[in-house]
Amino acid sequence: MSKVASMREAIAANVHDGDVVAIEGFTHLICFAAGHEIIRQRKRDLTLARLTPDLIYDQMVAAGTARKLVFSWLGNPGVGGLYAIRRRVEAADPAPLELEEYSHFGMVGRYTAGASNLPFFPIRSYFESDLPKANPLIRPIRSPFGEETVYAVPPLKPDVTIVHAQRADAAGDTQMWGLLGCQKEAAFAAERVIVVVEELVAEEVIRADPNRTVIPGLIVDAVVVEPWGAHPSYVQGSYDRDNRFYRDWEGISKDAATTQAWLDEWVYGVADRAEYVDKLGAERTAHLRPTGAAPSGSVDYGTYR
Amino acid sequence: MNEPRQGPAAEPQPFTRSEMMIVAAARELAGQRVCFVGVGLPNIAVNLARLTVAPDLELVYESGAFGSRPERLPLSIGDPSIVTGATAIVPMFELFSFYLEGGLVDVGFLGAAQIDRFGNINSTVIGEYEHPKTRLPGSGGACEIAINARQVFVIMRQSRRSFVDRIDFRTSPGNLGGAETAARIRREQGWLGSGPSVVVTDLGIYHFDDAGEMRLDSIHPGATLEQIRETMGWDPRLAEPLAATPAPTETELRLIREELDPEGAYTK
Repeated sequence: MSKVASMREAIAANVHDGDVVAIEGFTHLICFAAGHEIIRQRKRDLTLARLTPDLIYDQMVAAGTARKLVFSWLGNPGVGGLYAIRRRVEAADPAPLELEEYSHFGMVGRYTAGASNLPFFPIRSYFESDLPKANPLIRPIRSPFGEETVYAVPPLKPDVTIVHAQRADAAGDTQMWGLLGCQKEAAFAAERVIVVVEELVAEEVIRADPNRTVIPGLIVDAVVVEPWGAHPSYVQGSYDRDNRFYRDWEGISKDAATTQAWLDEWVYGVADRAEYVDKLGAERTAHLRPTGAAPSGSVDYGTYR
Repeated sequence: MNEPRQGPAAEPQPFTRSEMMIVAAARELAGQRVCFVGVGLPNIAVNLARLTVAPDLELVYESGAFGSRPERLPLSIGDPSIVTGATAIVPMFELFSFYLEGGLVDVGFLGAAQIDRFGNINSTVIGEYEHPKTRLPGSGGACEIAINARQVFVIMRQSRRSFVDRIDFRTSPGNLGGAETAARIRREQGWLGSGPSVVVTDLGIYHFDDAGEMRLDSIHPGATLEQIRETMGWDPRLAEPLAATPAPTETELRLIREELDPEGAYTK
């Protein structure tokens, strides 16, 4: 059964006002295309979960889609801050933003517990840190098998998780390579899953390399084919991280008016991702292609009849 | 007490303070095997170490890369260049559970917005948590790295705002209120790490003394003790004798300028 849908259809059907939404992908494979469509559809009161809110949540917060962030590192990697988020946190401008804060492994543990239907996940972190005071959902627990204490984090079960990947088949069987972040955990933890891919492939392509499958179609609700959907983040082997944009965002986001002007031009001002990519221009996109090839070689699984 | 040796004051140096800081941090990695790399200055320092004093150093990035050999300086710790040619790419779950909690990481590199004399680190907020004056990025992986890496290296510029008597929020524990308490709590709670061991700044190199407090062991060329005292919120303990950090070598400078940071993004 084909689950292929347009981004507009997938977001309209699976993201609702008030939902807990996780657009995962650690630096790599961040689905900006989905975030922008959520902004265009003017979803409201979302709780946005992500280890690193990154520029995508700064944009979604600036656009007024979110009332709360669940996260572990709130910055523009290698560059600086996320100023739309900071304005709301530091000055309640234009409205307060609720924060629920963990460490990276705490967030990964939360998705893992959510995916496994466990009541908590134990980790060796948070000792003598102020984080458990800032977030009372991080709690010490005694081992049932000895004297040791570890910290527990609660399960995180997003209403919808959105992941970007290199390829999937029409049923949603999804393969990715390069940094894997915690997309698998976030997808299995979610009620609904949208997979966005650079390329739609035949089922045989997936079955020829089953070790590379990260998310089975079993848990996928929609497959969106959206080349360049992760820009300005990147897709290993397809296009590079657009570091220039990450640097530019520092200037754009420092001021509320320039942030809104950027949203007007690059999100509300385009109908969809294809128009955004056109607007970026062939020169910019050509510059982001890998400088060379680095194929993995292949392995022989053998046949057994 | 003899006045400690110090570099010639105010004499222009043929290298920047950031370059000196990177070189000093890289040299501290001699003999280490597995290092958890952070973004920015640590990234350059660790890659410099791999090309100089620590050829067997395995670079671990929290994004899930082990044994990276980046061919360019990554802007972020999730760059595609840390993937191509790496030994292993693993889900973050494995990286934090099997590699870090499993005790395989020798050195964790951390940055900080604020640090105190015992190496406790704040990277969360300036001001009150609920009503911060400045909202900083937060822990990321720092809290679990501080607890589980065998030792912690800190690299940061020093100033009255960053080297403070009291940090506003303890994101990542260092030597808590002193070495004795820290040792007892680490033992009781079964931490894998022994906490901070080196702090490299733009002015000098600190290690931690028996009391668990930062001690200035070496002063960089061009820096003065006066500058050091002016840029920290407490009176620092000083090693006797105080060493002078050897200036960067031509090889170290060439690697930084030509290979690791040709655009000077971090080293100007």
